[in-house]
Amino acid sequence: MESKIISAGKRGDKIRSDCYIELEKIDSGINIEIKSKVNAMYGNTLREQVKRLCEFFELDKIRVYVEDFGALEATIAARFELAVKTMFPDITKDFLPDFHPENHYGTTKDKLRRSRLYLPGNEPKFYPNAGLHKPDGIILDLEDSVSPSEKEAARYLVRNTLRATNFYKAERMVRINQLPMGLEDLDFIIPHNVNVILIPKVESADQIKQVEEKILKLKNEHNLSNDVFFMPIIESALGVIKAYEIATASKYNCSLAIGLEDYTADIGTQRTDEGKESIFARSMLVNAAKAARLQPIDTVYSDVANMDGLRESVLEAKNLGFEGKGCIHPRQIKVIHEAFAPDSSEVEKAKKIVLAFDEATKKGIGVVSLGSKMVDAPVVKRAQNTITLAILNNLLPENWKELN
Amino acid sequence: MEMVKNAAGRMVPVEVNGEKQVPYMGIGKHKPAGTKAKPSIKTCADYPEDGNKIKASLKDALVASGLKDGMTISTHHHLRNGDVLTNYLFDVIHEMGVKGIRWFPSASFPCHEHLIPYLEDGTIHHIEGSMNGPLGKYTTEGKMAGIGILRSHGGRYQSVQDGEVHIDIAVIAAPTADPFGNATGDRGPSACGLIGFALADSEYADNVIVVTDNLVPFPCVPWQIQGNNVDFVVEIDSLGDPSKIVSGTTQVTKSPDRLLIAEYVADFIEAAGIMKDGFSLQAGAGGTNLAFALFLKDKMKQKGVKARFMRGGSTQYLVQMLEEGLTDYILDGQTFDLEGVRSMRENANHVNTSPFTSYNYHGKGNFASIIDAVVLGATEVDINFNANVVTHSDGYLLHGIGGWQNCLFGKCTILAIPSFRDRIPVIVDEVTTLVGPGELIDVIVTERGIAINPKRQDLLDAVKDSGLPIKTIEEIRDEVHQICGKPEPPKVDKSKPIAIIKWVDGTVLDSVFQIIK
Repeated sequence: MESKIISAGKRGDKIRSDCYIELEKIDSGINIEIKSKVNAMYGNTLREQVKRLCEFFELDKIRVYVEDFGALEATIAARFELAVKTMFPDITKDFLPDFHPENHYGTTKDKLRRSRLYLPGNEPKFYPNAGLHKPDGIILDLEDSVSPSEKEAARYLVRNTLRATNFYKAERMVRINQLPMGLEDLDFIIPHNVNVILIPKVESADQIKQVEEKILKLKNEHNLSNDVFFMPIIESALGVIKAYEIATASKYNCSLAIGLEDYTADIGTQRTDEGKESIFARSMLVNAAKAARLQPIDTVYSDVANMDGLRESVLEAKNLGFEGKGCIHPRQIKVIHEAFAPDSSEVEKAKKIVLAFDEATKKGIGVVSLGSKMVDAPVVKRAQNTITLAILNNLLPENWKELN
Repeated sequence: MEMVKNAAGRMVPVEVNGEKQVPYMGIGKHKPAGTKAKPSIKTCADYPEDGNKIKASLKDALVASGLKDGMTISTHHHLRNGDVLTNYLFDVIHEMGVKGIRWFPSASFPCHEHLIPYLEDGTIHHIEGSMNGPLGKYTTEGKMAGIGILRSHGGRYQSVQDGEVHIDIAVIAAPTADPFGNATGDRGPSACGLIGFALADSEYADNVIVVTDNLVPFPCVPWQIQGNNVDFVVEIDSLGDPSKIVSGTTQVTKSPDRLLIAEYVADFIEAAGIMKDGFSLQAGAGGTNLAFALFLKDKMKQKGVKARFMRGGSTQYLVQMLEEGLTDYILDGQTFDLEGVRSMRENANHVNTSPFTSYNYHGKGNFASIIDAVVLGATEVDINFNANVVTHSDGYLLHGIGGWQNCLFGKCTILAIPSFRDRIPVIVDEVTTLVGPGELIDVIVTERGIAINPKRQDLLDAVKDSGLPIKTIEEIRDEVHQICGKPEPPKVDKSKPIAIIKWVDGTVLDSVFQIIK
């Protein structure tokens, strides 16, 4: 018998909330050895879990070695499954952790997407508490934050995280890899109630259509009825020129985002704080998104220590027409939300419009007017959004109409 | 070993290291009567008229102090993890062939791993102080000859005053001293701020040895330790490693979860109406506590609120508040960074204090109970708000008590803690070791929400419309169990206590048991 050791996961002094797993074929029986930092509290629990996993995958004649650094069950299961499927490529069944009871919610196309927090797709220590920082969306990233050698590991981990980790009502997002690899990623995430797919480096409408087709196929196969929306990310000169075509490629597009690191490299320049080099791209993107009735979403602000710089950057984005910003650190979320908050004159104006709309609806009049001015439906919608933002930022009580 | 159940429902030994013990009776119930322990009478005629008490070496001073087997020797933790003196002291004692010492430090640090061979060969019989890191592991595995005794800073003072611990020789590390024995910690190459933890020892020990690496001509001013209480002065090359004595700069946590906790603490203190002109506050030097002070500082500035005093552990952040006029005074118990040391030296409103003023059970009142809010940490808190600071959930001794127990008497005691650490729940069904009774603990702030002790209806009412995530402690515990799974209890031998936890009044609050490996 060949005696080849297959391993998965991570180990080392700096590893936290993760584990390392080795499998080796042996002559008979199941031989489990576990070393754990939390052995005193979870030694038996760990052993039971490993036994259950061996049973599920019908493993016998196997040596299992686990080095655990306080990994949660869904992480251990993901690492184990990767090792099993590497050793036995014929095994096709998936070990799916139970859905967290809070994870069944859906989303809508026009949901607020002010902040979206990127989490690297192969770093389990960031997951359990991410939602506590109240971002509008959490992105489990399979793309740039995952090294090529960890792509497969990240798929299992992201899948298990979508199921088992409480997102605390944040929109559940995944950034897939660039196509065609990204199409395979969809197999791992679509059946697990993902709300929004971020599609990187989009340069054509066709790429969006490929994603849409694949998702419709998976939804059929798995009998899924939840809506999955798309946020294409434009990161090149060609993508910018084709922005409107991309924005209108699918009815599932909800937002259009820009990624400036790659864009500036593509046009042969560098990002500056002032941002003159990207003004065309950003304005083009805002214009294309608005024309297609999508939310324009700005790039990330990468200096996590500079909160004043972040605030300025969000205010500038807001003035250009952007409605959201990427975050790479949870502390950025609050600053972004505050900067996107309406000012008091905006709130006062929005209140008047919403009240006028209510009045018109009550009277059964189709036309909303404020003084002598007619108010269009999109203006009403924007006023309603302003009110929502004002309430979210504690600038207005929820029952403001009663108090008015 | 005979054990009884105390008033907190914990099993504790009735006798420890040959001394009879009083089991914990409840808060403020144990009131010893009689007279405080008395130091022996000394006469100035027996001391050099020229005031020069210098001995050529530490060994000479120990010989002159009459060092013999079985004595109690005290040291202090002002030099923290940079302490070289204590290790050197026991090297000397070991060389002299003296055995069975009761070591009575105000705290121990990982650097004291050096002493493990002396525990093994009988130089040291047992430790009464704290057993951190390697010493904690050694003790918990049942290797120490005697039973360890953990006390708070105030409890240490109390144990000296009511004769529970008689100190034969106190060895005081003094960053600056004169030949008469006047000593201070706020200057010199090994400056640590203040040396107040040695105050009781200087007054009550039979023999007091001041050891310094910065001898100055008489007078050493200020004299935090008074030369009139000192028998001998010894000069050595270096007391310790300055970089480990105080941090150059203390660092605010960068962890987003800890920052969230810190922000919730500041929000709570504002929402509960505690933050108002003339209020007072105590916060430690952990990363979360430092961050909390920064958040609170912003709020105080915004609202134009000024505190009357801040109780330290001082750090650069408290110093900033003092210098920016956000507090009238810092009452400092120990100094954590160089800015703290500088401020204490230069600013008359940065006052050095000893555990006597704030913490001592036999004092006629205590500063600790005057403070409006105190923010502390813990290793575990249970659903009855009982808390642990000395053991890990795996049963191993990890930290000392420090001033933690004494601070619980503040008007609003807040524990700022993560709900779990790397799968290890911090909010638990029952604490591994009881160090702080739940009736003194008012608020638990975690990243998953804030739990208020149901006994504090006033606080519950004050914050009910604040928008803060107020939860029951059971809700937080359930959430933690959902994430981590339910932990197994530590595997310990309940017939073998290896250390006891004293309450501030000298009674036995709980036992720490030997680990089964």
